[in-house]
Amino acid sequence: MPRPLLTRYFGQPGRERIDAYLETGGYQGATQALRDLTPDKIVEIVEASGLRGRGGAGFPTARKWKLTPKREGEDRYLVVNGDESEPGTFKDRSLLEYDPHQMLEGILIAAYANQVHRAFVYLRGEFFTGYERLSRALADAYARGYFGKNILGTGFDLEVVIHRGAGAYICGEETALLESLEGRRGFPRQKPPYYPAVKGLYSQPTVLNNVETLAHLPHILVLGADGYRAYGPPVLYSVSGHVVVPGVKELPLGTPLREIIFEHAGGLRPGRTLKALFPGGSSSAIITPEHLNTPADFESLAKIGSMLGSSAIIVMDDTTCIPAVIQRTVEFYRDESCGKCTPCREGTIWLSQVFDRILAGRGRMEDLDLLDGIARNMTGTCFCLLGESVPPSLRASLRYFRAEYEHHIREGACDIRAVAPAGA
Amino acid sequence: MARALSQTALEEIAHLASRYPVARSALIPALHTAQAEAGYLSEGAMADVGEALGLPLTEVMSVATFYEMFHLEPPGRHHVRICINISCYLNGCDQVLEHLCRRLGIRPGETTVDGRVTLESVQCLAACEEAPVVLINAERHARVTARVLDDLLERLG
Repeated sequence: MPRPLLTRYFGQPGRERIDAYLETGGYQGATQALRDLTPDKIVEIVEASGLRGRGGAGFPTARKWKLTPKREGEDRYLVVNGDESEPGTFKDRSLLEYDPHQMLEGILIAAYANQVHRAFVYLRGEFFTGYERLSRALADAYARGYFGKNILGTGFDLEVVIHRGAGAYICGEETALLESLEGRRGFPRQKPPYYPAVKGLYSQPTVLNNVETLAHLPHILVLGADGYRAYGPPVLYSVSGHVVVPGVKELPLGTPLREIIFEHAGGLRPGRTLKALFPGGSSSAIITPEHLNTPADFESLAKIGSMLGSSAIIVMDDTTCIPAVIQRTVEFYRDESCGKCTPCREGTIWLSQVFDRILAGRGRMEDLDLLDGIARNMTGTCFCLLGESVPPSLRASLRYFRAEYEHHIREGACDIRAVAPAGA
Repeated sequence: MARALSQTALEEIAHLASRYPVARSALIPALHTAQAEAGYLSEGAMADVGEALGLPLTEVMSVATFYEMFHLEPPGRHHVRICINISCYLNGCDQVLEHLCRRLGIRPGETTVDGRVTLESVQCLAACEEAPVVLINAERHARVTARVLDDLLERLG
């Protein structure tokens, strides 16, 4: 297995200091990019690397960049999505806390490749530590001439502003993020016809990339597209739930789920068996042990009716009550719905009421059809992906664990022992 | 009319506004600055923010009430946020939350009568590898148990 690239220095204290980063070859990729390469050449290298957006959608990064018009004299922006809040996902927070210069270097490379002179990092409001470390790292990088005017004597200018959010999952949706960055409520914008690449921040062309996506760029520049691809290409999987060694696992894209869970995350606690898992955050359809040999990549997970999403694997063992977990996810989307569109705002409330009834022992058999019906009516009708994220796990749970719902309804009680005690 | 915000805060807000092509973009950062002064956003503080950024009070309030981190009432001196999302749930956050409620004598969203602690149950804090996770003010605590939390609360003052 190749050595990790992005997480190699995780856990090393003082890594937010620029000297620590420079000592291990930091800013070499950006230096090479600005001094020796044209913007077009960088786009070409990134295209050859196969890098796909790591925010969840997996859109090819170079293609996104190419969609951004580069008209002379027109303002263009780079916006970093650091609003990581998909349940189960913690790779971006880890990158920001443990090695923040990687992403900053990525910003410099992406800004130069797109000839952007102003970048905004939209950081999740609750990331107190990440904000502190990133701010310090940015101040150091400015002081050493990696940001500001005439960077490295190349004549390229770039100003970076770190912008703290204030607690709203919806702002991870790219157009809601832009609204929020413009000082408004985080309501998503209509798309199509205009995507942020064409009409983004202040209606100007905007490159919008995720934290991890940008953190890959320095490595792509230093290793070259082929050298980088030899690492997998690498992906950061966030593994949590009922595993012995949860954490960010940097592995080649397409590592089988079984290997990720049992070799890299330490497997389950003694005596426990696997019941189900979310392969891509709570927006992905849950899958079961029969899917363990599936490679954790975009296509393979889509084929079994789920998705890679933000590559957040939440593992559930046999002590898990599935209806209770799905109730939690429904409540999450209910609380985080921005309220702009009816299917999401009302649908999540209705679903949540039905779950309350079932789990309080007052469920009716026809509630199962009701849940499925509401979920089906939300599919394809919500204004943005927030509402669309509710049905997959719910419907998958009805498919795989219908008997468990029926038991709750028939017996008015759960037949699963309570979840693990805290600290177990 | 007397200002709710200090001169320092108003200067900070003017500085924030200068960092964006459009001053309104500084609204959320400015609200953070305003909230840092009194622990919450009073109507006077929001009016000051609005004036600094050229926005009517209604617009400022509309935004302030959308985001969970802004408080329109004075909170406790300490802010305890416990994640109740899936990974924390799978690792026993409900028992920890129950313990907190009993110990503090409040429910999530409430503040102790002495004004010491505000307790909030929150959504995924993106630290699932540390589940169950609690944020006490700006500091995150990993794999918390009832006992660990008792110690932490003890030391809060």
